[in-house]
Amino acid sequence: MPKENVAIKSENWRLNSHKDLNDLQKDIIESRDPNRLEVVVCHGTGCIANGSPKVSSAIRESLLGAGINVKLMPGIKTTGCHGFCSRGPLVIVRPHGFFYQRVTPKDAEEIVKKTLMEKQPVERLLYKNPKTGKTILTEKEIPFYSLQERIVLHNIGKVDPTDIKDSIASGGYQALAKALCSMSPEQVVKEVEKSGLRGRGGAGFPTGRKWRSALKAIEKKGYPAYVVVNGDEGDPGAFMDRTIMEGDPHAVLEGLIIGAYAIGAKQGYLYVRAEYPLAIKHLEIAMEQAREYGLLGENILNTGFSFDARINRGAGAFVCGESTALFTSIEGKAGNPRPKYVRSVEEGLWGKPTVLNNVETWANIPLVIEKGADWYSKIGVPKSTGTKVFSLVGKVNNVGLVEVPMGIPLVKIIEDIGGGVIGGENFKAVQTGGPSGGCIPYSLKDTPVDFDSLTKVGSMMGSGGMIVMDKHDCVVDIGRYFLRFLEEESCGKCIPCRLGLIRMRKILDGFSSGTGTKQDIDDLISLSQALQDGALCALGSSAPNPILTTLKYFNNEYLSHIENHKCPAGVCKELITYSINADKCTGCRSCARQCPKQCISGDKKKPHVINTENCIRCGICMETCKFEAVIVS
Amino acid sequence: MIKFKINDKEVQARSGWTVLETARQYGIEIPTLCFHESVASSGACRLCMVELREENWSKLVASCIYPVSEGINVYTETERVQNVRRWIFEMLLSECPSSKEVKEMAKKYGVFKTRFPVQNPNESCMLCGLCTRVCEEVVGLSAIATLDRGVHKKVGAPFLRPTEVCVACGCCVTICPTNAMRSRIDSVRSNTKMQLAKAA
Amino acid sequence: MNIEGVKISEILERYPAKPEYLIFLLQDIQKQYGFISSETMEQICDRTGVPLTQAYSVATFYQSFRLEPKGEHEIKVCLGTACHLKGGPRIVNELERRLGVKAGETTSDMKFTFDTVNCLGACAIAPVIVIDEEYHPNMTAQKLEKQIKTLGQDMTEVSEVLGHA
Repeated sequence: MPKENVAIKSENWRLNSHKDLNDLQKDIIESRDPNRLEVVVCHGTGCIANGSPKVSSAIRESLLGAGINVKLMPGIKTTGCHGFCSRGPLVIVRPHGFFYQRVTPKDAEEIVKKTLMEKQPVERLLYKNPKTGKTILTEKEIPFYSLQERIVLHNIGKVDPTDIKDSIASGGYQALAKALCSMSPEQVVKEVEKSGLRGRGGAGFPTGRKWRSALKAIEKKGYPAYVVVNGDEGDPGAFMDRTIMEGDPHAVLEGLIIGAYAIGAKQGYLYVRAEYPLAIKHLEIAMEQAREYGLLGENILNTGFSFDARINRGAGAFVCGESTALFTSIEGKAGNPRPKYVRSVEEGLWGKPTVLNNVETWANIPLVIEKGADWYSKIGVPKSTGTKVFSLVGKVNNVGLVEVPMGIPLVKIIEDIGGGVIGGENFKAVQTGGPSGGCIPYSLKDTPVDFDSLTKVGSMMGSGGMIVMDKHDCVVDIGRYFLRFLEEESCGKCIPCRLGLIRMRKILDGFSSGTGTKQDIDDLISLSQALQDGALCALGSSAPNPILTTLKYFNNEYLSHIENHKCPAGVCKELITYSINADKCTGCRSCARQCPKQCISGDKKKPHVINTENCIRCGICMETCKFEAVIVS
Repeated sequence: MIKFKINDKEVQARSGWTVLETARQYGIEIPTLCFHESVASSGACRLCMVELREENWSKLVASCIYPVSEGINVYTETERVQNVRRWIFEMLLSECPSSKEVKEMAKKYGVFKTRFPVQNPNESCMLCGLCTRVCEEVVGLSAIATLDRGVHKKVGAPFLRPTEVCVACGCCVTICPTNAMRSRIDSVRSNTKMQLAKAA
Repeated sequence: MNIEGVKISEILERYPAKPEYLIFLLQDIQKQYGFISSETMEQICDRTGVPLTQAYSVATFYQSFRLEPKGEHEIKVCLGTACHLKGGPRIVNELERRLGVKAGETTSDMKFTFDTVNCLGACAIAPVIVIDEEYHPNMTAQKLEKQIKTLGQDMTEVSEVLGHA
């Protein structure tokens, strides 16, 4: 049986050449029956929270109870995030590709009986296109997936991230073998330069140029030099990097090892946020397995190249996503950014030449090397090549992770892939780039999503969070939210950031409580300029972006807070009142029971009334009401 | 020697000098609070920002740490520079209102009052970090450090208790640009040391 | 303390005795004991050669470190952007009301520690809260009440004491 051979190899066999890797890949593929039924259960953080572990164990139990011959027993595989998080828990049955959504443990028996034994789909679990009402059988046909171009995410949802063999079977480490066995470090750097790949972490600095500068710095200063993964994905509303680390840790590792080979680094670091325990676990497993297979550590693939890496867990500081703060944190200190007029490729970790790239950038490297810069640079647009992964969240129907070619119009992501705004109206704004980015209004919906176009409209690519806002979201409120976030996360070293953010936020507090003036808007703009010019690091200098873009595109909304003391979106507590629409109220008492101030009165089955004097405008009644009878004005 | 211009005037500097060092050599005034020759510059107070101008771009840099290079054009009094300074002074006037030194310096640069409410009228520390840097770099003890972060940042000893590590050398008091350390030293120095000092 | 002492030395020896392992040790100690006491911090300093002042500075800089014991149950409310837009602040207010403590604090009977966290990246199921490491999706005030009830008798006692039965 070929299967046993594979088992022997994995335990005793270091891979000693590119051929060894190819043989192993072939063996693994051959040992697998392509027609074998396989139930793939998504184990991304979203699906896990929605109960997918219970779903997979229920399916396992049902299978055991069904009395299927062991040889014909379908496999159960748990994978990283499939991306369609709003429909989770997700289950896919291969090889048919039946795509089941919102699966509960109760559905397990039917899936086993109908799909695994009778090969028929379970109709009620299939995805229905909300626009056409048509039921869709497989993943590929669902618009959410079919309109994407998944190259970085190609393995995620297919491979078991805790099994290196699964990764090798689908082509993992082929790029590394190619680089190490048939390319010189110079050729690797050239290929990355030629690909046009730009850093996915925010500013979009060309990756090849960064590697080249590192080589120049090493020429001047000598070794050691380091390669570092920035997995401190701190932008609220962004989870691309988490998904990649959780779902395809080997891709990140492979990219990192290739980078180390290119600049001759012997040691690497993966800095991962503490809030991502699963990502840390999967990376640890991946590194251990890679070492076992001779793909990490001493004498990789018997080429004489040695490199190892370690994981540094973050400890809860957003500012550590900034390169110099990240380095000080790896060195074991408080993550205060260093004032830098010398770039980190020259003086990075321990003051040595360091290449720092974010997770998604590293995961792009194997693609560039394996398929070539020519192939890569054809994807996307000339100055922003390749794809970008976005986390599409907020008031959009299809919340999840999407990968699209650079340059795609914003509206296509929101409307076609994201299925539009909940309720069917146009989106009000899309916030990109997190706390350093800006709000793009609907009128700019055709803006191509690439580095330069987003900067031009006052926002930025950032790491790839895309937060869709609708008419119930207030721009003053969102500005306050980001400023408060940064205020808490500022390291406090430089005065403009430590004292400026809180004062900017207090000006916005004034708007939202109806005490703001027009002079405040001028102050806000001037203070914003002082932060952009004066702050020590990007946390402070980019902090005004969300405020300045909303002032530019939603000026009327600010004026409405200031002049009319009204919050058009109905968010700012001190400017709104809750009331009950007597026509819609059924008198079910739900809201009255939930009201923490007991200020809703009314008899059963009769319209209720809110006593506005005691009301603290917590909004729980509105959240509770199933008949949309609670209105805000 | 490296040649460049400050406010359109030719200046010369040794390699490795900062813009601030050069400016002071030529008597060009640039305000600073967190700078001191005896410790490493940290670029924290941002009062020393100057504008670098080239044909089609300009940017602000902290002159206390920006290394000089051939042919750069530095301006110390542009509108952007003044805007940063004015806001910093206004914020400091509300943050550490009891510091005479800050008030004097603000006045010199045309800032006489602040539009922001005063939190603590007795506060004079603006967290420039000179005290902690001198304790670490010059005294070599690290009896005090900056604790916490952001708006909660403060200077103190571990667990905010007096520490025996402190030898009461007074360097932090001497270097403090706003005299804030004077009133704080007793919260740092442990009692035994104080008694020893008294006995001596 | 003796039993603890043995364990602490085991943790201390997990890493080379270098300053760069300070954060690793603080994390591991906290994982084991739930918080970092001043005694353990001194032991970490002895091991790594970091001055106590700097260790304390690090421990107070990063949000995840606790210098005081935490409650039996830990409730974390995500306040990422998606959670903010979908009602996270309402959950925070509700918890503050129910527990009688503010975010970051522990109830006086040491039953609950409640805190807010930055984006957990589970935006599709916003607003999300984490109770003792377990994620709870699409939280509402109503669901919160249920969740709290499932935490058992403990909670009702707290509620009664605070008069929110």
